[in-house]
Amino acid sequence: MSRPSTAGVPPDNGRPGRVRAAGARAFSTRTAAVLQRQGALVVLIAVCVLGVVRYGSFATPENLLNVLRQNSMLGLVALGMTVVILTGGIDLSVGSLVAVAGVVAAKVSGSGMIASLVAGVGVATALGLTNGVLIAKVRLPPFIVTLAMMIAARGAVLGATAEASLRMNRTGSGITWLGRGVFAGLPVPVLIVACAYAAGWLALRYTRWGRSVYAVGDSQDAARLLGLNVDRVLISTYALSGALAGLAGVVLAARLGAGQPVAGTGWELDAIAAVVVGGTLLTGGLGGVGSTLVGILLLGVIFNLFNLQGTITPWWQWIMRGAFLLGVVVVQSRLQRGFGHGQPR
Amino acid sequence: MTGEPRLRMEGIVKRFAGARALDGVDFELRAGEIHALVGENGAGKSTLVKIMTGAYHRDAGAMWLDAEPVHFDTPADAQAAGIVAVHQEIQLLRYRTVAENIHLGREPRRWGVIDWTRMRRDTELLLSGLGLEIDPDATLGVLSTAQQQMVAIARGLSIGATVLILDEPTSSLAEREVAILYDLMRRLRAGGTALVYISHRFDELYAVCDRVTVLRDGVRVATASLSELDRPDLVCLMLGKSRDALRQGTTAFLTPPDADGRAPAAPLLRAERLQRGQKLRSVSLEVRTGEIVGLAGLLGSGRTETARALSGVDPADTGAVYLRERRLDPRTPDQAIEAGIAFLSEDRKAEGIIPELSVRENLTLAALPTSTRFGIVSRARQVAIVDRFMARLGIKATGPDQKIRELSGGNQQKVLLARLLCTSPALLILDEPTRGIDIGAKAEIQTLIDELAGSGLGVLMISSELEELVEGSSRVVVLRDGRDVASLAHADLSEDAIIHAMAEGSALAPLPPSAA
Amino acid sequence: MMRGRTSLDPTRVALGALILLVLVNAWSTPNFATTSNLWNVLLQVSTVALVAIGMTLVVSTGGIDLSVGSVMAVGGAIGAILIPHGVVVAVAAALAGAVAIGLLNGLLVARMGVQPIVVTLATLIGGRGLAQVLSHDGQLVTIQHPGFELLGRGHLGPFPAPVVIMVLVTAVAMFTLRATAFGRYALASGGNAVAARLAGVPVALTVLTVYAGSAGLAGLAGLIEASRLGASDAAKIGMNMELDAIAATVVGGTALTGGRATIVGTVIGALIMQVIATSLNMLLVSYAWSLALKAAIILVAVYFQRPRLV
Repeated sequence: MSRPSTAGVPPDNGRPGRVRAAGARAFSTRTAAVLQRQGALVVLIAVCVLGVVRYGSFATPENLLNVLRQNSMLGLVALGMTVVILTGGIDLSVGSLVAVAGVVAAKVSGSGMIASLVAGVGVATALGLTNGVLIAKVRLPPFIVTLAMMIAARGAVLGATAEASLRMNRTGSGITWLGRGVFAGLPVPVLIVACAYAAGWLALRYTRWGRSVYAVGDSQDAARLLGLNVDRVLISTYALSGALAGLAGVVLAARLGAGQPVAGTGWELDAIAAVVVGGTLLTGGLGGVGSTLVGILLLGVIFNLFNLQGTITPWWQWIMRGAFLLGVVVVQSRLQRGFGHGQPR
Repeated sequence: MTGEPRLRMEGIVKRFAGARALDGVDFELRAGEIHALVGENGAGKSTLVKIMTGAYHRDAGAMWLDAEPVHFDTPADAQAAGIVAVHQEIQLLRYRTVAENIHLGREPRRWGVIDWTRMRRDTELLLSGLGLEIDPDATLGVLSTAQQQMVAIARGLSIGATVLILDEPTSSLAEREVAILYDLMRRLRAGGTALVYISHRFDELYAVCDRVTVLRDGVRVATASLSELDRPDLVCLMLGKSRDALRQGTTAFLTPPDADGRAPAAPLLRAERLQRGQKLRSVSLEVRTGEIVGLAGLLGSGRTETARALSGVDPADTGAVYLRERRLDPRTPDQAIEAGIAFLSEDRKAEGIIPELSVRENLTLAALPTSTRFGIVSRARQVAIVDRFMARLGIKATGPDQKIRELSGGNQQKVLLARLLCTSPALLILDEPTRGIDIGAKAEIQTLIDELAGSGLGVLMISSELEELVEGSSRVVVLRDGRDVASLAHADLSEDAIIHAMAEGSALAPLPPSAA
Repeated sequence: MMRGRTSLDPTRVALGALILLVLVNAWSTPNFATTSNLWNVLLQVSTVALVAIGMTLVVSTGGIDLSVGSVMAVGGAIGAILIPHGVVVAVAAALAGAVAIGLLNGLLVARMGVQPIVVTLATLIGGRGLAQVLSHDGQLVTIQHPGFELLGRGHLGPFPAPVVIMVLVTAVAMFTLRATAFGRYALASGGNAVAARLAGVPVALTVLTVYAGSAGLAGLAGLIEASRLGASDAAKIGMNMELDAIAATVVGGTALTGGRATIVGTVIGALIMQVIATSLNMLLVSYAWSLALKAAIILVAVYFQRPRLV
């Protein structure tokens, strides 16, 4: 059992394996999932239209690029989270891994950009791998394992830096370019994210590994009986999530010019929100990279509109974000239940 | 080549926590045969199958496939060697398409990436080659259970299965679908595939299997050709009893008392034109005190919907329910329980047992409102109730505190029945009460139902096993397409009559139920 | 029936670990075994324990409540704002506000079937914002009221008030879980909600109640914190409390999947975490190590709870 994500509610409580989906209900779930993704896209378009209509500065290239760039690192994290959630798991450690990668990259930055990148992403990947092994081989629940990693990694990075930021050594290295450079008119972080999403989409759709991710999320037992190496799939997804969090951490540190031990705080929750809003099911098996992209953009644009409005205090923004998230999941839940009248008996 | 041993197992031993699930079992499967594997629950059938398919490792013994010694570490290994099992609970991916399910792990690739067009085409060819009309792009979860099973079999064959194991494949199939399955099986047999067939249903075994191996208590008791073994002999081998000890007929039901023409008992339940959604169109029926009324029908005819409407689980949209001639209309399960209607779901795993809780806690769950004062549970009263029922129903457990998930299916069912009885019901609505239970426990439950009816309870019993209905019921109501189409009195009751009513009963106008 | 290897009772293991920890510290950590320090540990653990007990009840139904930290902040904020109207009004309103959030959580989970992790994530975000807004838009609201001070800094004999409250709540919660029908209903709802409903258990009402209860206890914890601080700090009160509460619950032996819960275990779990934090603090070990140790303990505890292999 992966994590306590369900309630004591009959019958469609979303617990993996519990629902015998046959007949109308499964079909409706798929329809609803499609609708969810289109739904989020519709809302995104609506919000963008609102932005264009109400704020003159919304549709400017600077603002749009700004939105993209500000959300690019969270976008990387959300990409990794999507893959993990597709297998029916969850990764609460990504926020801490962002900080770890940033600090490690800063530490190694004297040796050049490549060294920083490799070190930062490498350490984060190793930690993600640890998560995966504990989950797949030792069979501990993902919620707990990644929670523990989150606590431990944060502790380690706070301890190692004595809670102070670690400056990046920028002389002669290309590291700043990673965070602040521009290539073909686009900020480098945005390019990185775009490539990552494209690669992710292709991998999930066109590789056997990608299909096995969906299979494991659908039903671990079935996947195993059908001959898949479930352990390997699980470990790879957590390692990937770590790697992407690491990449986000290095890029963030490059941008800030320092590795901050408090970086990434709360990013795991933001990433989960983006994935959920986008329409991927928390129980796994349905959804994808495209959905998360829409989710990230939607949340990013809303935040941008708040800023453009200027008069909304951070506190009210939080209230509105909470309410928005609630609204989205209620609608999604309605969609999932609206169809399907059970199977023939 | 037909007749050659395809799979041979010798001296297989498997232990679990000290107990021997399999104690030196031999098994031989020939190419081009359908070989039945029978035995009560706990006899070792599923353990043997799991060793065949690599899901378990054997502790001792040897296995040969086509005369080559083999050892499987994982199901993947067994599949690679050509041994594929299709389980009772469909183990496929419900959100993925038929094509994806069939090709999982072996998706065709072009230049390193998955070739979706070729996958679809290959699937079309495979399915049509087997005579199956299933859309490769259909999401698996949309298909009926029968179709899903076909897909599972098709997948096995596309992997190149030479040994196909079918575990209780027909438990959720309608007759029409069973025929399709048999057809496929016979075709496979003709082509040289070796099939292992596990089932509790004798009709099926005799209809389609060639030989049978009987397991009992982890030991192989006999292997014989089914043409040389009649049913009572087979049952005796399974139970380890002699022929004289068997009751007449194949169930434990005694002749219902109503059959001798006593004065009809008081009316207990009356349902008039129950309707809910599309599945339940208009069902009217009656149950009297002391009566066992059977509810028959094909898959999808609305039997379970009727039961769930009467017990407040999925309440009816229109129609009326009368209990002892007073209008009731239960809208929630607790309303029904309070009124004296108790419901046993057909799926005890999903809707019956609370797996982590003990036997005691499961048993007393429904009676909590009456065994508490100001919300506080009376421990003494609970202990008394539990002891009484465990003794009366013969529930086998290490103690009332054992976790219910550790009990066998039959004992779990008894706990659930005890749970219902704790609420002092007047009417029992039982949905497939003996499904998936071994013969011994089945008989005990059937006897219990008899006794309960004899003591004045009314029983509405859904069963897909016609002999249970014929032997156990005073009357059988037959449903078709959500309507009641016939009510067969005991004198008119026979398996043929029920089948005829299921097939021919008019779907347009409901016939008035004949007086009992 | 086949039985796999039997696992040790996680609560007993936790108790053993706690005793071991206390003994080791008494021996090796200077000033640990003093009465003032032990009272201090109990005092510090009391708010976590309260929240964790509420979390345990939610988890027993198979759910989770990530919003408890924010609800603490809301409770503290409401209390601080309304103190001028008297302690009773302030406390009552704060608890009512907390319970209202809990009812929102519970309604969405029980009636709409939305997953608890998402619902309570949303109330975590929104609740923190609400607490800030209530605190005159993000300010520290000082509280000066001798009556209210008693809540966090008062004493009943030698016992600090928060400790007394913790003990009372623990007793009530233990009793509820073990001896009342409600406790059975919660465990049944977590073990198999469908089966419970068919057996006549009021599942939706039970689930609604546990979320309301969890929020209520969080609100109470927030009031105690505010009373101890002498102020409501909407930015800080309850930060990461949900993680501590979940950790205590898990370490104590409650199953995250629901259907099996122990209140005593949760309190023991909270004590283990607190003893570690306190002793490492006294040994001047950095905060980082205490976090690492916390993580390790969580993993070990869950390891013992793994489902049996058959």
